[in-house]
Amino acid sequence: MTYFLLFFSAAIVNNFVLSYFLGICPFVGVSKKISSAVSMGMAVTFVMLISAVVTWLIYHMILVPFHVEILEYVSFILVIASLVQLVEMFIRKVSKPLYDTLGIYLPLITTNCAILGLALFSVLREYAFLESVVFALGAGAGFTLALVIMAGIREELALAPVPRHFQGAGITMIVAGALALAFMGFAGMI
Amino acid sequence: MDLASIAVSMLSMGGLGALFATGLVLANKKLYVEEDPRIGQVASLLPGANCGGCGLPGCANFAENLVGGNIEISGCPVCNDEARAEIATIMGLEAQKGEKIVARVLCQGGNYESAKKGEYLGIESCTAAHISGGGDKLCLYGCLGYGECVDSCPFDALHMSENGLPVVDEDTCTGCGNCEDACPRGVIGMHPVSHTLFVACKNEDSPKDSRQVCIKACVGCGLCVRGVEEGLMTMENNLARIDYHLYGTDCRELPTEKCSTNAIILLESVSKEKSVERAEMAEV
Repeated sequence: MTYFLLFFSAAIVNNFVLSYFLGICPFVGVSKKISSAVSMGMAVTFVMLISAVVTWLIYHMILVPFHVEILEYVSFILVIASLVQLVEMFIRKVSKPLYDTLGIYLPLITTNCAILGLALFSVLREYAFLESVVFALGAGAGFTLALVIMAGIREELALAPVPRHFQGAGITMIVAGALALAFMGFAGMI
Repeated sequence: MDLASIAVSMLSMGGLGALFATGLVLANKKLYVEEDPRIGQVASLLPGANCGGCGLPGCANFAENLVGGNIEISGCPVCNDEARAEIATIMGLEAQKGEKIVARVLCQGGNYESAKKGEYLGIESCTAAHISGGGDKLCLYGCLGYGECVDSCPFDALHMSENGLPVVDEDTCTGCGNCEDACPRGVIGMHPVSHTLFVACKNEDSPKDSRQVCIKACVGCGLCVRGVEEGLMTMENNLARIDYHLYGTDCRELPTEKCSTNAIILLESVSKEKSVERAEMAEV
């Protein structure tokens, strides 16, 4: 039950994108099509999961025993950057069209603060190993959810008669704000 | 912080870095993607300015599309003939020779020639001036003079003259068309370098109005049209137009002196090569 609550909390109530406002760059950048939003969500979830595992190990096996917790930022960024490289190579090998669709946003996962945020939250909240894995899965699911919802709305918006001055970035920001407001409704549930 | 913990930090971070590096090296070996070697070769011959003149985001994309057969070599307006020939050899094709295209500024209404309607204190940008009322000149069609085309040029081939008009350096200009897109008034046009006769005005006002806004405006009198063979020049919206297709590219015999406002200009090419070429042609 605790694990379910943790997952639910990370995915919906404390959604990384819509209530912590982490990872806004791909949220706006890769949310034009549902299909690419799903694959971006998958890529981020994968990186989150692996980096949660690796950063937990590094923090508890290396940094804490040697009393060098001060290095958590450096080592976490190192882990995330290497993982993103790996994912990039993998996606390029497996699916070139997907690689082209994700474009610059794929290497930008490196600097996606949602992932560093996840690793730091796990340390801050003193999650056990399994907890941090579930937390990562929940956060990834939440990120994917936010991206897919946004992409769905934007696919409809492309055909909607948006007033001229709101077209493009303007209406996207308004939609993102409205979406974040809607997610605020979950606040305090857990 | 004592020495020991510094040593531990360095060791742990160095170790982690080495570990991940090894992992990535192995992964790179394993996940290496075979690419057509021609893509790299072609990309190295392209100008590499990523100007977007071909309609693709950058030179790498152009190389990919070229090797993939989606675009012609001539799709890159910036490449010179040598590079084109080399690319053609790599691709196993005949070299296509395209005539060099350059940007031409088709407005002579500088600070001296054009009438002013007031002082413009807004943002120093052509687009801003165009949107907010058209800068300080009365002419609604001509150059605004804030140099957005100069800023847009990735090859440094444009500069503003003292008179406040952009000047194109024919030799450096590659014909990428960025300035044409940057100009909110469409004053800049892309022309083959052999076109030397131009109606250097965009004013579509009635003769009376255009005469008032600029001393070098095409007033739409139609004298030039009557002076040449039928079909070579036409009047459209109070503006003379030259039909380059009908006349071929050697336009030098058209009567520029017929124009009462000197709106029709005959360019003396600034390129040395070009003038030598022309002199040779004249001898023949």
